[in-house]
Amino acid sequence: MDTQKTALYNYHKSLGAKFVPFAGYEMPVQYPSGIVEEHKATRSKVGLFDVSHMGQLLIEGNENLVIELEKIIPTDLKKIKLNQSKYSFLMNKEGGIYDDLIITKVEKGFSIILNAACKNNDLKIIKNALRSKFKLTLYDNLSLIALQGPKSSEILEKTIRGVSSLKFMNGNKFSYNGRDIYITRSGYTGEDGFEISIPNELVEDFAKRLVTQGVKPIGLGARDTLRLEAGLCLYGHDINESTSPIEANLKWAISKRRREEGGFAGYNKIKSDMNGSLTRLRIGVKPEGKIIAREGVKIFSKDNEEIGLVTSGTFGPSVNQPIAMGYVKLKFSKPGTKVLLEVRGKKHEANISELPFYKKNYVR
Amino acid sequence: MSEKKYSKKHEWVSIEGDIATVGITNHAANLLGDIVFVELPDKGKNVEKEGQAGVVESTKAASDVYTPVTGEITETNKSIVDDPAAVNKDPEGTSWFFKIKIKNKSELNELMNKTDYEKFAKENPN
Repeated sequence: MDTQKTALYNYHKSLGAKFVPFAGYEMPVQYPSGIVEEHKATRSKVGLFDVSHMGQLLIEGNENLVIELEKIIPTDLKKIKLNQSKYSFLMNKEGGIYDDLIITKVEKGFSIILNAACKNNDLKIIKNALRSKFKLTLYDNLSLIALQGPKSSEILEKTIRGVSSLKFMNGNKFSYNGRDIYITRSGYTGEDGFEISIPNELVEDFAKRLVTQGVKPIGLGARDTLRLEAGLCLYGHDINESTSPIEANLKWAISKRRREEGGFAGYNKIKSDMNGSLTRLRIGVKPEGKIIAREGVKIFSKDNEEIGLVTSGTFGPSVNQPIAMGYVKLKFSKPGTKVLLEVRGKKHEANISELPFYKKNYVR
Repeated sequence: MSEKKYSKKHEWVSIEGDIATVGITNHAANLLGDIVFVELPDKGKNVEKEGQAGVVESTKAASDVYTPVTGEITETNKSIVDDPAAVNKDPEGTSWFFKIKIKNKSELNELMNKTDYEKFAKENPN
């Protein structure tokens, strides 16, 4: 399969981006100033991310759609308000996660943002579950860009009047150059910010306009360090088809009514995990020294018992130290627990840590 | 006067008598991006030409550092372990990695001069 390019590819190139293949797309991993500067610019001012590789799915339907979708997505779709967004999952029968997603109630039905690497498979799963009763559109004519950082609201308001009054995890239709665009106040960095769904033919003009106003273009490299500091999961690494949302410490993302009533794929596993059969938990880990524990690093107890695995790890530029996420046996999951990380054959001292590593700054 | 040579694995060697100072090239440091971790070999360790003799990590990934010559590690630069970002600032100067007592001087003949290395780096950007 040929690698695909987003509508902003040439613009990234003109900015001097380094590209990497990611989920079938040529994506900018960093620009000339580098990952650490991009990371810090997002935390202190505002950064622009091209996330057009992600899937933008619209499912059209009403009450009947709610009933069907609730069988595979464990959020309370009866209670969700128009233009409200929720973080949720596409569940498999075993209680694992096919994908994590953001679902938004829109006028026509539901809009869902899916991971790039999962989107085609997700579409099949959802189609199958809905038994062709509803219209599904996975848009390839829409781009998606994220504007993230404490100055994002002030900057975006200059171009899109009224956007600063959106509440966190809420969206709305706006207009740019006479065309409809949809903006939600959300993101993947631990900062205030917006995700803007915009027609491909307008996105370069829109991005340039923001960059001219001082917004820094940010690549996938800093996107990863930012989300890790914010304690957010990366699908395919921190969560996958064999991790349940309870094991992943994401119980909060399953609505209360759904936790009690069930009625969705994998509920048996969720229920038993919540009722005492949980054996492992996603945790944060901070090495005591400078060693970086990356995906696959084994975690040991102080007594050298193997107790888990790192699923993501890097150096966190804002916390100014190495950070990692992973899974450990439940009894070792308490923050402050001393553990050992085996990196290149040597064991290094580390501590189980609270997540997020970096304190959030959302506008609610 | 010291003589400077370059390896195909993007290390530089500065030679004074039978002691070589080794580091990573400007090109390598640029390619790695922000360096956030450095691991150096133990003093007194014997290393073989092109054998692993350290690790550098950027925010993105870990890479091995190789020794361009065979010999015994006589000194390591602890300051870059404490401040890995210094490697990006002055990779071919103050941010050297280790010093090595050269066992076989003829190995130096297999290394490149500056002009040849720059050409090599241009042709092999990764």
